[in-house]
Amino acid sequence: MIRVRSMLMTMAAPILAVALAVLITTVVLLAAGDPVGRVWGTIFSEPRPRNIVNIINSGSVLYLSALAAAVGFRMGLFNIGVDGQYRIAAFAAAYVAGQAWVPGILNIALAILTAMLVGAMWAGIAGLLKVTRGISEVISTIMLNAIATALVAWMLRSVAVPGSNNITTTPIPESSRVPGMALIPGAHNEIYGFVFLAVAAGLFYWVLLSRTRFGFNLRATGASESAAVASGIDTKKMILAAMLISGAVAGLVGMPLLFGDSYSYGVTFQPGLGFAGIAVALLGRNHPVGIAFGALLFAFLNEQANALQLQAGVSAEIVKVMQGITVLSVVIAYEVVRRANRAAEQRRVAAELARARAEATEVTG
Amino acid sequence: MSDETPVAVRLTGIGKRFPGVIANDDVNLTVHPGTVHAVVGENGAGKSTLMKILYGVQAPDSGTIEVEGNQVSFSSPADAIDVGIGMVFQHFQLADNFTVLENIVLGAEKLHGTGERARRRIRELASAYGFAINPDALVEHLGVGARQRVEILKVLYRGARIIILDEPTAVLVPQEVDELFDNLRELKAEGLTVIFISHKLDEVLKVADEITVIRRGTTVDTVVPADVTARDLATLMVGSELPSPATEVSTVTDQVLLEVSGVGLVDPHGGRDLLTDIRFTIHRGEVLGIAGVEGNGQSELVEVIMGIRHSPAGTIRLAGREISDESTTRRRETGIGYIPEDRHRHGLLLDSPLWENRILGHQTRPPCSRRGFIDRAGARADTERIVTSYDVRTPGIDTHARALSGGNQQKLIVGREMSGDPVLLIAAHPTRGVDVGAQAAIWDHIKTARRKGLAVLLISADLDELIGLSDRIAVMLRGALVGEVDPRTVTPTQLGSAMTGAEVPA
Repeated sequence: MIRVRSMLMTMAAPILAVALAVLITTVVLLAAGDPVGRVWGTIFSEPRPRNIVNIINSGSVLYLSALAAAVGFRMGLFNIGVDGQYRIAAFAAAYVAGQAWVPGILNIALAILTAMLVGAMWAGIAGLLKVTRGISEVISTIMLNAIATALVAWMLRSVAVPGSNNITTTPIPESSRVPGMALIPGAHNEIYGFVFLAVAAGLFYWVLLSRTRFGFNLRATGASESAAVASGIDTKKMILAAMLISGAVAGLVGMPLLFGDSYSYGVTFQPGLGFAGIAVALLGRNHPVGIAFGALLFAFLNEQANALQLQAGVSAEIVKVMQGITVLSVVIAYEVVRRANRAAEQRRVAAELARARAEATEVTG
Repeated sequence: MSDETPVAVRLTGIGKRFPGVIANDDVNLTVHPGTVHAVVGENGAGKSTLMKILYGVQAPDSGTIEVEGNQVSFSSPADAIDVGIGMVFQHFQLADNFTVLENIVLGAEKLHGTGERARRRIRELASAYGFAINPDALVEHLGVGARQRVEILKVLYRGARIIILDEPTAVLVPQEVDELFDNLRELKAEGLTVIFISHKLDEVLKVADEITVIRRGTTVDTVVPADVTARDLATLMVGSELPSPATEVSTVTDQVLLEVSGVGLVDPHGGRDLLTDIRFTIHRGEVLGIAGVEGNGQSELVEVIMGIRHSPAGTIRLAGREISDESTTRRRETGIGYIPEDRHRHGLLLDSPLWENRILGHQTRPPCSRRGFIDRAGARADTERIVTSYDVRTPGIDTHARALSGGNQQKLIVGREMSGDPVLLIAAHPTRGVDVGAQAAIWDHIKTARRKGLAVLLISADLDELIGLSDRIAVMLRGALVGEVDPRTVTPTQLGSAMTGAEVPA
């Protein structure tokens, strides 16, 4: 009964937040003199099959990115560097897969391993700096993002296929591509085969965090570092491990795109997924199911916004405004719910104490 | 006393509620001018809330406040200061790198400026009330007792005629307490009124003219010291008999369980060594108490034994095994139970449910985990066991640790640390900030541990607790063990002298 109520309150928070975001965005639209009705009509219209496929595809990529950020969040680490980590990892994986040193499916496995290793190493730099020199991971990961951008651009030049206008790595051979799945009737585009990679990562995250000793230590360090130390947790090791895992997951972000869509890493490879992931992780409260909803919501908004310019004559960027407001209001809503839950819990404890006291007086009196 | 004398403070029917908790309910208090009026009650009885109401920090939900015959209502401490009420908090609010003068005038520059006039005023006050204090001394060079006098001067400087002291003796050793009481008598003689909050009954009986007892948020009686004994007061406070820490017959054996030899610790900030050449043993079934003014290395000693800090020299042997180089986890597995001095920072995950708190410190052992995985069912079942057998008052094991009262949090910690068959129990201030009921229960658990053959290292600032529970007491001063006393013969006053560096009684 108590648990049902607290669950309802938890669900109420994001719903309220989205409603508030719609309201504020409406005010923004009104202030700009844009056609409010047509904007919402376009965004909340039923997506066509083709759009549904796109929503699922980009949702899975966002999901991976959010998981990477969430691993850090659960122990109080702010890994801003998912963006740099996934790009440098995707570049490395694209290069390795393009060379086709091993055939077919082995090539895919090798590329994924490369991506995870490179992502982990890139994040591990920030982890090492924090553990050995006490440098804030926020600062170092931001800087590593910039370095990753420059490094990838420079390396891309040196390995790019000569003679082409499009600067890319060597395309992955046909035998090592991951076929899509035509799951949505009426759509002629396909869902990435690597959607399962996102699902697997989500399962791994859930088991790791809530079922293993390692996950317990990670959450305990995030909840109270001093209590974690007293309980015997080596918090430095945990910081490093969390950054490595966060980076390895970040390495996966580019894989569905690489093996299901672009087949090479080039200057047009989708940027900015790392920052979107941070917002989605906040929205989903670092919970694997919550993040899934958050990722699909963001993907839905992005997809539906594409038609805004045509249908309503409004820039699709308005959706970014709405996403930003959603994240802000969801953070506030969660805090409100958390306080309400805490007060309710204190009342229950007080009631319990009063009951025990009454019983004690009955016995003695 | 008769009603013809104008009262200094009269509280009538004060009530204050917080979500789910009634902090004060129908509190009535009459304080006569020129007296020391004590307000006593156990921890959590509502004394502090009441004083915050009188000092304008919190507004009451009901009731009236009269000061010197006029009804008043405060919206902030500034209003209380205006009518002549001052408060000295338990935790001093002084800037260490400022002088006494600077600390006193800070925020009251308009009264007498910041220069010679202020200095003269402070000297006047100090000599009028018998406070030996140099206005130009740096606060960081002052001892605890002197800092407290600065706090009182601060309040006097602002023109207070009614002074509230919140647990002023909690941080003092017995000698300093006597000095404070002399100061209070001076204040009284000069016609000032002192409201003195405490839960130490002997002290209250020594210094107060009248005593009001608070129990569960309400005033239960006002008595005159001549008419009551400490025992009577205790009965009024708890509503039942007061427990005592005294242990039974000795269970000490000759089998050494903990042997610490030559342990030291260097200050990472370059100050004097935090620990120097510490050596002692604890036997099976023995409680070794460590007495000392706080900050003399007790916390560091515990952290070295737990493996949280590392001693560059010396050895620590537990049950015959050298553990000096082992991790905290390995030491815990070998059999150390640890009740930390600050349960909020070191003992609990406040925003996690009780059953997850059961796992803390036991991550590597059944019933909490198996082969790297958390055993939820095992941990939950064992939490139920602790809640039942250690009488943790909670609606359930999914309740967050933060929601429990201090006493119940501590009982959970004691239950957890006694799990998994420890051979050594380290208890740092185990009953600090818990109610009398939980205190008695925790003392019982420590006695049981001793009877079961554990070695117990007890660190406490409560000298009665230390003397009552310990088989031996070692005195710690400036990071070294400077002597040992026999708890069967030592008095709190003797122990207090030893703690400040006076000769250790034989």
